[in-house]
Amino acid sequence: MDEFLTKNLSMLLEGSAETLYMTGVSALFAYILGLPLGVLVTVTDKNGIHPMKTLNGIVGWIVNIGRSIPFVILMLVVAPFTRLIVGKAIGTTATIVPLTIAATPFVARMVQQSLNEIDQGVVEAARTMGATNMQIVRKVLLPESVPSLIRGAAVTVITLVGYSAMAGALGGGGLGDIAVRYGMQRYEYDVMILTLIIIVAIVQIIQVVFDLIAKKIDKRIR
Amino acid sequence: MIKITNLSKTFNTYKVVEALKNINLTVEDGDIYGIIGRSGAGKSTMLRCIALLEMPTSGTIEVDGQDISALSGKELIDLRKRVGIIFQGYNLLMQRNVLQNVCFPLELSGMDKAAREQKAMELLQIVGLEDKAKAYPIQLSGGQKQRVAIARALANDPEMLLCDEPTSALDSFTTKSILKLLKEINEKLNVSIVIITHEIGVVKALCNKVAVINEGTFVEQGLVLDVMEHPQSDVTKLLLGMTEGEVE
Repeated sequence: MDEFLTKNLSMLLEGSAETLYMTGVSALFAYILGLPLGVLVTVTDKNGIHPMKTLNGIVGWIVNIGRSIPFVILMLVVAPFTRLIVGKAIGTTATIVPLTIAATPFVARMVQQSLNEIDQGVVEAARTMGATNMQIVRKVLLPESVPSLIRGAAVTVITLVGYSAMAGALGGGGLGDIAVRYGMQRYEYDVMILTLIIIVAIVQIIQVVFDLIAKKIDKRIR
Repeated sequence: MIKITNLSKTFNTYKVVEALKNINLTVEDGDIYGIIGRSGAGKSTMLRCIALLEMPTSGTIEVDGQDISALSGKELIDLRKRVGIIFQGYNLLMQRNVLQNVCFPLELSGMDKAAREQKAMELLQIVGLEDKAKAYPIQLSGGQKQRVAIARALANDPEMLLCDEPTSALDSFTTKSILKLLKEINEKLNVSIVIITHEIGVVKALCNKVAVINEGTFVEQGLVLDVMEHPQSDVTKLLLGMTEGEVE
């Protein structure tokens, strides 16, 4: 057991770090792009604060397309674009590009869902107090839905952990890469199972931590 | 003063609905005007029109002689600030504490933090909740939430307070205290009040004038004393409990 660990520990640690790096950075970028997109889709909806039918239709359509392409295929399709940005199409950093592209429409929908949970009466009340649309977004919709946004972020990040493992199988590095190389190609099942345990642990920790944060800041809980 | 002349509101959804027909209403400064009617009578549309959320199909709404249908954008936003509104469901921001809720309209107007907090504390004193400034809405009772909403509605020093079924979710004891507070505000701060309700008790306890709305039109309006003493329409009699059964 000791020998097994000393042999593989540094590799597994490195793999975990790579997975967290891919997941974290792509989640960050996906929120930078997806949050405004989600706000746009919500605001321009026919029941939103500034209905814009055509724009809403187009954005909704793009989001749906983005969400319907399987991640493995998306990775291959955007490879030339990845090469353009990162300089290469494989490796940990390169994987961040398809991960971000896959997660952005996902984030947009999660954000939309969270914002739609806000009581319409509160939005209307803000309007009667003279709030502009921008103020409604910045001071009502977003701050009121923060706990829900955080819970949504947990779902997004966990999905990204899964995607990053998939990317690993295609030369993206991280824990997925280790699992495939050792489990599938070298039949070292103990390493593969250990990898799986680490992935499960990472997912659990993400869920628990995000839940804790959401609970901590939600003022609707006494 | 708010003056509504020949107001009609028609909704063209899947079928044409005449929600309001030829409404005339003048709220003088200092009035507490009750608008009473049963569900579906047009009360909500009435409120949304006075709240400047809904543009009339025809007719005019004037606030201090200024016709609101001519306004748009910033002018409309400024005019909205002159009418404070409280709702049946309170509509407080759940992630903000009481003080921040009362500060909210002032924040929208761009008042700086120290000034708006001072103003908010004064308002909380008026509604008797200064000790709850740091509490969150979830920690308050229904009556307390409505007091916060009243303080918030007063933040912009409105000329009129528009109340949409403000006590319908409250027990009778709390209702009394909220109505007393509204009366005090009317007298001390010289704010006229329009209160939309289905409870005749609210009109009796609070209002000096009343309009009875049924199927989108006012069937009766005038001083509360007169209307209560000599009700003319069947709907009014029904609301007063003088007749029984359904009115067609």
